[in-house]
Amino acid sequence: MSAQHTPRRTAVTAAAFGAVLALTACGGGTDAPVGEPDAPAEPVDLRMTVWTADEAQLELFQSIADDYVAENPELVSGVTFETIPFEDYTTSLTTQLAGGNAPDLAWIFESNAPEFVASGALADLRPLLESTEGYALDDIVPSALGLWEDSEGLYAYPFSTSPFAMFVNTDQIAAADQTDPAELVASGGWTFDAARDIAAATAEDSGKQGLVVRDFDYQTWENLATVWSGWAAAPWSEDGTQCTFTEPEMVEAMTWIHDAAFEDGAMPGPGTTADFFAGDAAMTITQISRASALDGSFDWDVVPLPAGPAGQQNVVGQAGIGVFAAGEHPDVAADFLAHFTNPENAEQLAGYFPPPRASLLNAETLAGANPSLSAEQLQAVVVEGVEDAVTKPAHKNFAQLSETVRAELDALWTEDADVEAVLTDTCSAITPLLEE
Amino acid sequence: MATVSAAVRRDWLVGYAMVAPVVLGALAFVVLPLGMVVWYSLHEWNVLANTFTFVGAENYGRMAADDGLADALLASLWFSIGLVVLNIVLALLLAVLLNQRLPGTTTFRTFFFSPVVVSLVAWTIVWSFLLQADGGINGFLAVLGVDGPNWLRHETTAMIAVIIVQVFKNVGLNMILFLAALQGVPEELQEAARLDGAGAWRRFRSITLPLISPTILLVSIITIVGSLEVFAQIDVLTGGGPGNSTTVLVYYLYQQAFRFNEFGYASAIAVLLFVIVLVLTLLQWQSRKRWVFHEV
Repeated sequence: MSAQHTPRRTAVTAAAFGAVLALTACGGGTDAPVGEPDAPAEPVDLRMTVWTADEAQLELFQSIADDYVAENPELVSGVTFETIPFEDYTTSLTTQLAGGNAPDLAWIFESNAPEFVASGALADLRPLLESTEGYALDDIVPSALGLWEDSEGLYAYPFSTSPFAMFVNTDQIAAADQTDPAELVASGGWTFDAARDIAAATAEDSGKQGLVVRDFDYQTWENLATVWSGWAAAPWSEDGTQCTFTEPEMVEAMTWIHDAAFEDGAMPGPGTTADFFAGDAAMTITQISRASALDGSFDWDVVPLPAGPAGQQNVVGQAGIGVFAAGEHPDVAADFLAHFTNPENAEQLAGYFPPPRASLLNAETLAGANPSLSAEQLQAVVVEGVEDAVTKPAHKNFAQLSETVRAELDALWTEDADVEAVLTDTCSAITPLLEE
Repeated sequence: MATVSAAVRRDWLVGYAMVAPVVLGALAFVVLPLGMVVWYSLHEWNVLANTFTFVGAENYGRMAADDGLADALLASLWFSIGLVVLNIVLALLLAVLLNQRLPGTTTFRTFFFSPVVVSLVAWTIVWSFLLQADGGINGFLAVLGVDGPNWLRHETTAMIAVIIVQVFKNVGLNMILFLAALQGVPEELQEAARLDGAGAWRRFRSITLPLISPTILLVSIITIVGSLEVFAQIDVLTGGGPGNSTTVLVYYLYQQAFRFNEFGYASAIAVLLFVIVLVLTLLQWQSRKRWVFHEV
């Protein structure tokens, strides 16, 4: 080998990144509202990126799409739903955008909502949805739209407003002679401290894990909002400009989480994987839409999030469907979205995704499609869970904040961590990003 | 130059036609993207807003004030030093051992070489399970009465773990290269030295090492360049953490481009990486005259 080969080797690496970039067409973005589509010369193929791989859900989407294609053969020849794995969803989506290969429609996480809305990447849907006959835009709960609005514009339809709840493996809890959380809910004793004690005792008895905040894994820290909201804590101020990690309620909440993991053994420590749905843990905090992962191999229950010192606080995760302004046919895509989420189809989607429409937010509608949940569970966890709920943290600079907070909080996840010092460091690190 | 006959011209034409696919491929997929990376590095490119603004050398100026980049360069330095030293010493040691005429050496060669042909991500995922707090390695240590650390959650052990996973992955390739070089060392030189009373270490230092020095040059260039390109192992094992302790340069570049959508700045970092590799390689190439046998 000669030295001339080595720069070439590097060139290959650079080219790996460069090749993605090289394919890009850099047009000008627009957030102009979309309107009624003119029939294109040829019917177009639409593509929507989603993070679900659930076959039943994809089948439902496809059947709604097939109806649209049948009704509008001059506009659309087909709609493809492209699954991108949950973990890398936003990264893969932005890579598609960088490559000049924007999907026509996409699911968007709530944490990225402010970033996507503020950037102008999405088309304004409000005029079209307002003028679409029978759409009933005013049926959508206003609080569900907050994240997706910017002044007058509406940039996505919040198809899922999914409350977080506590799933409980009642077999394991009964075997450990612990009180059933449902009884505690009834008696008003369902607190985070009670949950921690039950989790620790059950884990000790079963040799498995106690309480798992699903998908947190000591990386995705924003999922801890389901816990710290009980302390009325938040990572930053409502306007997103001030760090509030050092506020007393956050310090107290983080100390509770730290001790639950490192002192009581109530939560699995870092580097330990435990899947509640596979029977590895006594309890898990996750979204109600995960109920479909339960296969009946153990007895379970679902109860609202426990109360913290500041009372019980419902937390919802949201997901929106937006239309990319840079897509090839934003008008057609928006028209399809208006069909996909009209009252009739929203009722079908409500089977999997708690809907933002007031007319559908009742136990009867939800029960039809959630056979695994009782009417009481649906009422307590879903219908009431959406009321006065807070959303998980979101910010227009979320990508950088997420990574920076993750790196700082790593220092917290050791046995002898100084919680207050770590949170002070976290604030120092993110303050410049909040002020950007 | 004398006139060239038609036959020779035809030979040239055939020759060019033969190399054309490779040359055109390299131009389209290597040189052109490389040039475009340099072009992108002079722009601020916001993928979401779809804006592409010429900013001159601003991205390069930004590097000087970027603490994250300084940390990434330092992490890359530690990773490269650890990897290169461990990999070359271990590869040479294994090659010397396997160069003996002993029963079972073929089996051991296969054993050490097999990780080279295993998929990198599969290899790393298996290690990520072994390195968990309650994983196989700590299970093994517990049998010996040792309380193992949570390897991937402490800054020092995470870096050591990533280095070792990478060393075991690729040491077999360097071992085979060294083995081929060792087998090319003439036996009569060894024998002559032995007759002159030279011991094993003296023979290794004065005969074997100089004769395999071209291979040492080759292996060190490949290993250093490879160490600067590490990405998948970091992504799977640590995600750059804990803290930023294993955020090496390429991982930092990836974060800037694909997580923070800073494609312009990430391109500038790619250019920096290119320059670093180029300079290191040129330095090694220049220094060969001092220590590589056939070049002295």
